[in-house]
Amino acid sequence: MIQYIIRRILYAVPVLLCVNIITFILFFVVNSPDDMARMQLGQKHVTQQAIDNWKQQNGYHLPLFWNSQKNGGEPLTETIFYQKSIGLFAFDFGISDSGRNIGADIKQRMWPSLALAIPSLIVGLLINISVALMMVFFRRTYLEFGSIVICVILMSISSLFYIIGGQFLIGKLLMLVPISGYDTGFEAIKFLILPVLISVVAGIGSGARWYRTLFLEEVEKDYVRTARAKGLSETRVLFTHVLQNALIPILTGVVVVLPLLFMGSLIMESFFSIPGLGSYTIDAINRQDFAIVRSMVFLGSVLYIFGLLLTDISYTLVDPRVRLS
Amino acid sequence: MTLCVMSSLLSYNSPRLFLLIMLGWLLAGCDGAQLNNPYRSEDDGKNILYSSFSERPKHLDPAIAYSSNEYALIAQIYEPPFQYHYLKRPYQLIPLTAESMPQVHYFDKSGARLADDAPVESIATSEYLITINPGIQYQPHPAFAWQNGKYAYHELVEENTQAIETLDDFPLHDSRELMAEDYVHQIKRLAHPKIHSPIAEVMKQHIVGFTDLAAELKDVPLTELRDKQIAGVQVLDKYRYKIRINGNYPQFRFWLAMPFFAPMPWEADVFYAQPGLKEKNITLDWFPIGTGPYYLAENNPNRRMIMQKNPLYHDAFYPAEGESGDYASGLLADAGGKLPFIDKVVYMLEKETIPYWNKFLQGYFDASGIASDSFDQAVQFTGEGDAQLTPMMKEKDIQLQTAVTTSIYYMGFNMLDKVIGGDSARSRKLRQAISIAIDYEEYISIFMNGRGVASQGIIPPGIYGYLPGQQGINPYVYDWQQEKVQRKSIEAARQLMTEAGYADGVDPATDEALILYFDTTSVSVDDRPRMNWFRKQFKKLGIKLVIRPTDYNRFQEKMRSGSGQLFLWGWNADYPDPENFFFLLYGPNGKVKHGGENAVNYANPEFDRLFEQMRNMQDGDERLALILQMQDILRRDAPWVFGVHPKSFSLYHGWYKNLKPMLMVNNRMKYIRIDAAERQQKRTQWNTPQWWPLLLMLIILAGLAIPAVISYRRRLHGGAE
Repeated sequence: MIQYIIRRILYAVPVLLCVNIITFILFFVVNSPDDMARMQLGQKHVTQQAIDNWKQQNGYHLPLFWNSQKNGGEPLTETIFYQKSIGLFAFDFGISDSGRNIGADIKQRMWPSLALAIPSLIVGLLINISVALMMVFFRRTYLEFGSIVICVILMSISSLFYIIGGQFLIGKLLMLVPISGYDTGFEAIKFLILPVLISVVAGIGSGARWYRTLFLEEVEKDYVRTARAKGLSETRVLFTHVLQNALIPILTGVVVVLPLLFMGSLIMESFFSIPGLGSYTIDAINRQDFAIVRSMVFLGSVLYIFGLLLTDISYTLVDPRVRLS
Repeated sequence: MTLCVMSSLLSYNSPRLFLLIMLGWLLAGCDGAQLNNPYRSEDDGKNILYSSFSERPKHLDPAIAYSSNEYALIAQIYEPPFQYHYLKRPYQLIPLTAESMPQVHYFDKSGARLADDAPVESIATSEYLITINPGIQYQPHPAFAWQNGKYAYHELVEENTQAIETLDDFPLHDSRELMAEDYVHQIKRLAHPKIHSPIAEVMKQHIVGFTDLAAELKDVPLTELRDKQIAGVQVLDKYRYKIRINGNYPQFRFWLAMPFFAPMPWEADVFYAQPGLKEKNITLDWFPIGTGPYYLAENNPNRRMIMQKNPLYHDAFYPAEGESGDYASGLLADAGGKLPFIDKVVYMLEKETIPYWNKFLQGYFDASGIASDSFDQAVQFTGEGDAQLTPMMKEKDIQLQTAVTTSIYYMGFNMLDKVIGGDSARSRKLRQAISIAIDYEEYISIFMNGRGVASQGIIPPGIYGYLPGQQGINPYVYDWQQEKVQRKSIEAARQLMTEAGYADGVDPATDEALILYFDTTSVSVDDRPRMNWFRKQFKKLGIKLVIRPTDYNRFQEKMRSGSGQLFLWGWNADYPDPENFFFLLYGPNGKVKHGGENAVNYANPEFDRLFEQMRNMQDGDERLALILQMQDILRRDAPWVFGVHPKSFSLYHGWYKNLKPMLMVNNRMKYIRIDAAERQQKRTQWNTPQWWPLLLMLIILAGLAIPAVISYRRRLHGGAE
């Protein structure tokens, strides 16, 4: 397995390099270093001299990919691309174009993101699976039909509606939790109740339907019939046998998103003023802060690759037949 | 079934803990506590002001910060030598840390001193002599900490800073007295190329020796700045310094009231330049060091920023005189009171307007602007067009304050364009016709909820040279009828089109409708109605308006190259002087030729001559006459469609005291007082948790579950059979 993991890590290097090149090209097609300087220097009294100074100080005075005025290996290394990319592979994100340390910001902002994402995932998973199993239990009855209709309705509603509606109902009318905000330690719980509740409710429709499909595939299989023939109750059949055998596709969906939980949720964090990583990238794009954009895209790619690797490893844990080679 | 899952999960400790916390939460709610309180209960009833920010400030270094959200913070921390009087209008400069207003002396080319009333042409340089008050102390800061006969934290190595996360982690904090040298040090910082001060290029034109110093500092670290000299700025003694500027530039006094000219101790540059601090975001740009009424106690721009009262703040008192009417409105009730009144100011990150608004209504924010979503909920207009609060707001004792901002939003005509630009009668009449056709009164009503005043010229209300009523109208666009300003009829505009050779909007060169191009960065779906409205305005004249949506970078590029035709732009005053608006149309400030702020590239020698005369004069009849002449030239030439002076609408709770429109006054926080007891009482009254709808919902859900339970039991029985 170790060999497999090492091989996958090595495969990741060219993937990350490509991601970095694409990010770089996309960003600089839209923004020139002059545009970035203007954005950082503000709207008033910006002169070309000030722009040139800023570029010089922040390393954007170099050519993008190829420095034809240099010799030896320097045409490649004395470029914006090389200078700005090399540190990423050592997870040194450097300083943002507005002067803040990106690594320190990420460390600070990932905890609120996790504080929101982990309970949302766990509670959502439990409820979705329970609802899906219930739908399977009552299959071919009006209860299943009614549940599907409700799921479709829940899926059709915009997540923004859930947020605004939840804030209005629970926060404003019932006054049971703060409408938005965040705090540290246990004080954070009162701020997380509403966003977690909304995340869970907003996800029930699609989640329950997806798991229902997985369980329905399993429920007609021979081993289930055998279990029933042995006299096991339907509850036991579903919760022990069907659930266990449906774990592989569930794991595929869940494990792959685990590392991405660090990246946070843009809308949720924005509406609930949770200082996570969700809005960090969007804010950086709006501010044309390339240093943050490339760092966050790079980090997202690394986490996604890591998630895929974790998924492969988890297969071997839940299904002894699977071997990594 | 869900219960079954839950019970199995409860065999673990953490969910039990969670359940306990939930139970605690429910009990707390039954106890009458405010469950929706976003702040810690220990802060209830304290003298704390709660405000918000939607975007983290980019800079808190006074040499760089230039936007209003940055000033909201640093103007409470840093103290330039002068400030605006809090109550008097028009705005009046008064000393802040200075002992008195600056003594200004004039000199000729040979360096000989001139009389105070010397003609402007003879003045080669002006000298501002500033004396600061003795005994003013900086906030406690580790940069000043002194131990064993030397600075405790000026020779740190990385090992010393490993455990440091914020300034509070330094055990020693100390202060020292403010000195004239600190003001001079800051002016040198403005010149440093690595600081990137936005006013560096402006100051090069004014402060003697500024350009030379900037060149000299190219490779000099900030830590060595103290040893460098600037020819035009000198420390005379501990409390006096002088600044020599080129020519006569009376507006320089306004710059001296901006944080750019606040003092900066050299210790700050030495302290923050040490290794290991920048990696932890401990920089001067994030941890200010000032003499103001507040210091930044917590700086987490990702969540909240907290300002605490500076324990070493010098004596400062609430003004004892103001405008007529201030006494009646209670604005002088605190006269002579020691400033600041509030102990702590908390700025919370609040990105979205809806939660922010709801928290304001719950009493968790003390003041609020009005987003368009909630405008109708807050404000209604009387038959006379006056804004007033809705009954719901009045019931909560919320106060509304409106003020016309010292800003202008305009539609610019690129004066380099062949069709719309130039100084020919044809293009001038075309521009005048368009100025009449674009009905900004309608625009304000439809798109701004009435929050604006249609501009009569370049100068907004509140700035010297603005004239209200009949004498201040733009006679090329408006008429004075029945004691009211009336936009000229569309027929008048069509007549001008005919005179310009575009009868019915037809371009004689093509025999088709005249096509004009409008470059805009308003590209979202929400902007479409606004763009369609502009199309309709031009259509009234038969002109076909082509909207060219573009991203901001390309838009800027078009402005720099002069390839745009029509565009929208705006300007917010740096200081309350008409020069700060007229310079936007001064020829040598043309964007294409000189890279200046004259985005329409307007150049009129007569206007430029008058501008050069006017900018060097003190306010008075002579200056006013020049201003009116310049206004008239602009109205006639119409390089802009003078659009809108926006009106700010702000709401404040009844416990928020000493409220006065103060657009230029950035250091306003020290004057504000809140009645914390009243706020606490209102918060408790407004935020009693409502449990019954939740219980009702649970009962309904339980009712809905009954058929499922029955069905489940039947199945179980069926299985058993």
